[in-house]
Amino acid sequence: MYSDKVMHHFTNPHNVGEIPDADGIGKVGNPQCGDVMWLYIKVKDDIITDIKFKTFGCGAAIATSSMITDLARGKTLEEAKKISRQDVADSLDGLPPQKMHCSNLAADALREAIKDYESKRAAKGT
Amino acid sequence: MTSSPQKRIYFDHSATTRVLPEVLDEMTPYFLSKFGNASTIHSFGREARIAVEEARKRVAALINAEPQEIVFTSGGTESNNLAVKGVAMYKGKMKGHVITSAVEHHAVLEPCDYLKRFGFEVTVLPVSSEGLIDPGDVERAIRNDTVLISIMTANNETGTIQPIRDIAKIANSKGVPFHTDAVQAIGKLAIDARADNIDLLSMSAHKFHGPKGIGALYVKRGTKIEPILQGGGQERGLRSSTENVPGIVGFGKASEIAKRDMERTCQKMKILRDKIIKRVPEMVPNSYVNGHKILRLVNNAHLRFDFIEGEGLILDLDLKGIAASTGSACSTGSLEPSHVLLALGISNEQARGSLRITLGRENTEEEVDYLLQVLPGVVSKLREISPFSQGSPMTPGGGESCVQ
Repeated sequence: MYSDKVMHHFTNPHNVGEIPDADGIGKVGNPQCGDVMWLYIKVKDDIITDIKFKTFGCGAAIATSSMITDLARGKTLEEAKKISRQDVADSLDGLPPQKMHCSNLAADALREAIKDYESKRAAKGT
Repeated sequence: MTSSPQKRIYFDHSATTRVLPEVLDEMTPYFLSKFGNASTIHSFGREARIAVEEARKRVAALINAEPQEIVFTSGGTESNNLAVKGVAMYKGKMKGHVITSAVEHHAVLEPCDYLKRFGFEVTVLPVSSEGLIDPGDVERAIRNDTVLISIMTANNETGTIQPIRDIAKIANSKGVPFHTDAVQAIGKLAIDARADNIDLLSMSAHKFHGPKGIGALYVKRGTKIEPILQGGGQERGLRSSTENVPGIVGFGKASEIAKRDMERTCQKMKILRDKIIKRVPEMVPNSYVNGHKILRLVNNAHLRFDFIEGEGLILDLDLKGIAASTGSACSTGSLEPSHVLLALGISNEQARGSLRITLGRENTEEEVDYLLQVLPGVVSKLREISPFSQGSPMTPGGGESCVQ
């Protein structure tokens, strides 16, 4: 049902955790009816220098969370915003069709985290 | 220490069971040499017919019924469909009232929903937080036009055993046919169809070490029912289709074994089951047992863990060689948690952290000990990944709303 890559990321997820002094946090999903992902980023010179996640959800949700941290680390904010749910799924050698909402979540969480960072920066007026 | 064992451990016996070698041995000739159609009159047909009728006696004996009261079907789903539709729509009737419960299998709930399309009314009774139906609720729901009451013997997810004797007695006194889906209970509970006032009862062979694709509906003599499959008129006109002779033979043998070994196997499974439902809540914080503590099938341990999702549990246990199941959402391709757990009043997010361990006669204490050894670690690992914890509760509004 899952690709080897999905199982690898589920079994040994990369970048699990929180960043206490994160520059941006993206929280998406609802435990009542779906998966939940909290994504933390550190940004320096418009580049994502650190990224961590916490996820409540199925195996695909955990694997896509892990994968997006790999895809986004070291990217500029503009590059990171372009990462789509399809990119996440493709990087995992595909997902079962009914699981596509999970990878959707990971890309959404990243965009939310970037949005949070940008709005905080705007508020500071820098 | 927690590396994969050489042997795989099967804890999903409510999903299906292994065909016992002695069952397969009896079936084999009916594929290879005695392959006749049981409705033909030559020697090939006659030997098949004899085998079918012998099997019918064995299946009937398991529930203390008459052999002619057993109608062979393709399994539990068909038996439930035949009971619900065949009784409600008897003689082309297109209205009436059916009583069932919120925790029935989809193979009962969906046929009931289907009846509504034609003008039937359906009362779906609630259950207690332990999953029990109140027989008083059944009595109060009965109307002049009630044509059928369908309440399962034991639940497929939580294993909760319903008071079907009391319910059947009420139905009987009001003259309403009583059907029970006994698919999960057969072989784990002694059932006496006659003494228990049951009019219709669904069975499935593969749930107790028989083959898949064969089941039966017990139809008490005199019950008004008509077929849902029209054709060659097999099974006294109630179930057309060439008899599945090898399946029927295997079903018969599995029934004989179930009756013969029930006391011993139930005692063994109960000891192992009790060890699981006692130890897990002691070892794992924020873990619970779903369903009734005592009125539950001897082989069912249904557990719930806060802050995590069931599919991860199943995947991680599978990596450690243990096969179990979850009633939760993502694993079945929809995001709706189990209707059974929700009926118990468990919240959506909590229902999603459920794990169903269902034992079989062949499971050993070593296998249960291995489960108890690895399960706490699996739960902790997933909890480390989860954003939720004691200090960060799973608030329903924690994220965006539930948009379809």
